Amino acid sequence: MILMISHLFLQHYWWIIVSLLASILVFLMFVQGGQSLIFSLPENNLQKTLIINAMGRKWEFTFTTLVTFGGAFFASFPLFYSASFGGAYWVWIAILFSFIIQAVAYEFRSKPHNVLGQKTFDIFLFINGSLGPFLIGTAVATFFTGAMFRLNLMHQVKWANSWYGLEALASIRNLSLGFAVLFLSRINGLLYIINTIDNSSLKKRSVKRLTINTIPFLIFFLFFVISLLLSKGFAADPRTGIVATEQFKYLRNFLEMPPVLIIFLAGVLSVLYGIGTTILKESVKGIWFTATGTVFVVFSLFLVAGFNGTSFYPSVYDLQSSLTILNASSSLFTLKTMMYVSFIIPFVIAYIWYAWKAINNTKMTEDEMKSDEHKY
Amino acid sequence: MIENVDMSLVDWSRAQFALTAIYHWLFVPLTLGLSFIIAIMETIYVRSGKEEWKRITRFWMTLFGINFAIGVATGIILEFEFGTNWSNYSWFVGDIFGAPLAIEGILAFFLESTFVAVMFFGWNKVDRRFHLTSTWLVAIGANLSALWILVANAWMQNPVGMAFNPETARNEMVNFWAILFNQVAVDKFLHTITSSFLLGSMFVLGISSWFLLRKREEFLAKRSILVAGVFGLISALTVAYTGDGSARTVAKVQPVKFASMEALYDGKTNAGLIAIGVLKDTDKKIGGKSVKEFGFKIEIPGLLSVLTAGDKDAYVPGLNDHISGNSQMGILPVAEKMQRGSEARSVLKDYQRARMVNDTGQVHNIGMVFKDKDFRENYFRYFGYSSIKKEDDIIPSVTTSFYSFHLMVILGFLFILIFALAIHLLFKGTIATSRWFLWIAFLSIPLPYVASELGWVLTEVGRQPWIIQDTMTVSDGVSQLNSGSVIVTFVLFAALFTILLISEISIMVKQVKTGPKH
Repeated sequence: MILMISHLFLQHYWWIIVSLLASILVFLMFVQGGQSLIFSLPENNLQKTLIINAMGRKWEFTFTTLVTFGGAFFASFPLFYSASFGGAYWVWIAILFSFIIQAVAYEFRSKPHNVLGQKTFDIFLFINGSLGPFLIGTAVATFFTGAMFRLNLMHQVKWANSWYGLEALASIRNLSLGFAVLFLSRINGLLYIINTIDNSSLKKRSVKRLTINTIPFLIFFLFFVISLLLSKGFAADPRTGIVATEQFKYLRNFLEMPPVLIIFLAGVLSVLYGIGTTILKESVKGIWFTATGTVFVVFSLFLVAGFNGTSFYPSVYDLQSSLTILNASSSLFTLKTMMYVSFIIPFVIAYIWYAWKAINNTKMTEDEMKSDEHKY
Repeated sequence: MIENVDMSLVDWSRAQFALTAIYHWLFVPLTLGLSFIIAIMETIYVRSGKEEWKRITRFWMTLFGINFAIGVATGIILEFEFGTNWSNYSWFVGDIFGAPLAIEGILAFFLESTFVAVMFFGWNKVDRRFHLTSTWLVAIGANLSALWILVANAWMQNPVGMAFNPETARNEMVNFWAILFNQVAVDKFLHTITSSFLLGSMFVLGISSWFLLRKREEFLAKRSILVAGVFGLISALTVAYTGDGSARTVAKVQPVKFASMEALYDGKTNAGLIAIGVLKDTDKKIGGKSVKEFGFKIEIPGLLSVLTAGDKDAYVPGLNDHISGNSQMGILPVAEKMQRGSEARSVLKDYQRARMVNDTGQVHNIGMVFKDKDFRENYFRYFGYSSIKKEDDIIPSVTTSFYSFHLMVILGFLFILIFALAIHLLFKGTIATSRWFLWIAFLSIPLPYVASELGWVLTEVGRQPWIIQDTMTVSDGVSQLNSGSVIVTFVLFAALFTILLISEISIMVKQVKTGPKH
């Protein structure tokens, strides 16, 4: 049975895995969202410590998911890895910088003799919290709007300008997805705080901020989605591999893949319900709905970018250099080997769930922050 | 492969990767070693129920936490730098190299990151046994992650389990198990993790010695010395054994690196092993490179022949053999390899041209050439040599290779002595009063770091000019950026890493001075 698995099936299988990792990553960036609020949300230092510790106990998951996302992309679609990372150099370097300073900031911020001072490490957290989601969103937007590269016969990438990816910031569509991801991260961060921390004052302030952040999120998200549906897309002929622009391509993808459309709409509704139930009914469980919704929406957008004869990393500089899941993938053997490895993922999710529950089984309190326990 | 390579770009890209790797490796070995030491200590606590052991465990866990995050941070840069700075390499080998990196994330990083949270925050949230299991899983996860990245690195030193696909112009995996159980990978993994255990042990031994010098925390210090001494001695002996195995493998799969690390220019039978030596320049040259000779050396006659081939009469090829060839040993001259590599490249170009003009007949015919065993084993095997400009380009820095190797080995034997002395004095009951030893142990803390970094310097400098041994040169693997961009990021990374290192050391020193919580 295994022998009958085709290269085409595995290319689709691995795009689904990569899409799933990307969608989980966007949800887990609630950590970054929470970090971006540390100067504006708390009314005192104790609340700030609570927020930082709530996020700090989960930063590793986001980080690890980002690393695994990169590793999985490298293994399954190495041509994307080489073309995007080797070409859009500055965008990826900026993202990496923001993540280095995050990793150390938690552990170092409250330790005596940390040289740079607590304020600096808190600024590091804020920078990562704001820039990380924004830049990742902007970079992912180029999956739909295109990038400026050319591949030669040996598949070596040459970027068309010396901005090396920063030119993506000049596109309003890219920016809109960047800001949408940023505000979504903040929304998820606020909902996580409401769910995890037992502090009525902080909860009240979080609900207020939730409303404030939902408005720009909806504006940027709707702008991106509407422009996506109405714009030209990058269609790839599955037989010849020739790439051409096509009006309403992404709208057609949704319509021609109804399950993807249903996942997308369910995701949007779930996010809205999670926000609504928190604001209107003072529920503390909104995070579960926005988490599910975030994963659904991002997952469906990735499927729209890569499936149904679409180039997932189009080149607007040299259209025929555009990448599809067919021309950018690893070999049949590698994808098959990796598929066996991927069977362990449910087990990984199971132990993460178990450990997560063990740590989050009681809400975080001010008393805990005053105790002798390990804290940031 | 790349026309008009900007050597400044290559050099700065190498410098950036080396900088990241060197900084990364300042933190990772301590994570690998200390995680097991903490797990052993916590096991004693759980089994004995003595609160003192919990206090000891938590003290070392605090230092572990300070070190852990910065290792993670520098690690992510390394992974992504394969793409940002070595994109041509990434495509050429992504089919093979990406898999271990992905497996590393799925199998190891999640294990580590999930249970490190329980380890730090779970003392009062989960029961003792779950906490202990989490601590062990962190240690196993950390060391598993080392396995996969070392498998990837080993493949670059000794590319196996692959076949070239002319259609995609890249190497593709054909045997996963050959890659995983590559002899270089096995040697490298065992040598690296045991040397990290050694480093972690020396760290614990050194700080514990400092407490004894200050007449503080005697209980903690002596118990810690017991664990670190035994664990360290076993590790140090294993390092010596695995190091010997690694060197034998290098002699087989990277003979030019081996000759360089022994500064062996002329091959010989009954070749001696240099125990200690000092190199000096001579007027003699190989191509444009000056030949080094020994100004001073202590040599063990015949041992190099015995170690590499099990026979003192065995011939050990020198650098001259690898440049000019040695038909008796079956070594082709570099010039011949360059010629054959160029022919292989020319066939590949013909293939690409035929594909461009859709000449299916020609595509089929040339495709068959790539399947021909003689072409693969006698021509395509030397594909990378087509990028070599001068014959002596295949010789890495002999000075760097020689000194990094020999200093590492000397330090390795010193560590065995230190751990053995620690155990001896501890059981004799005089360790707290043997101030001379406590000072030695304390001042030795940086030495395993030096040895460990030297090991990587030898590994990476010794295989130049190859990014993949005999298959792809470093120049061919680089991303086509402007060197100015790489210079800027190099400076930014250097500044950031240095500041973070200073912060870490400062925090660590303060935590040690403060001591464990009572």
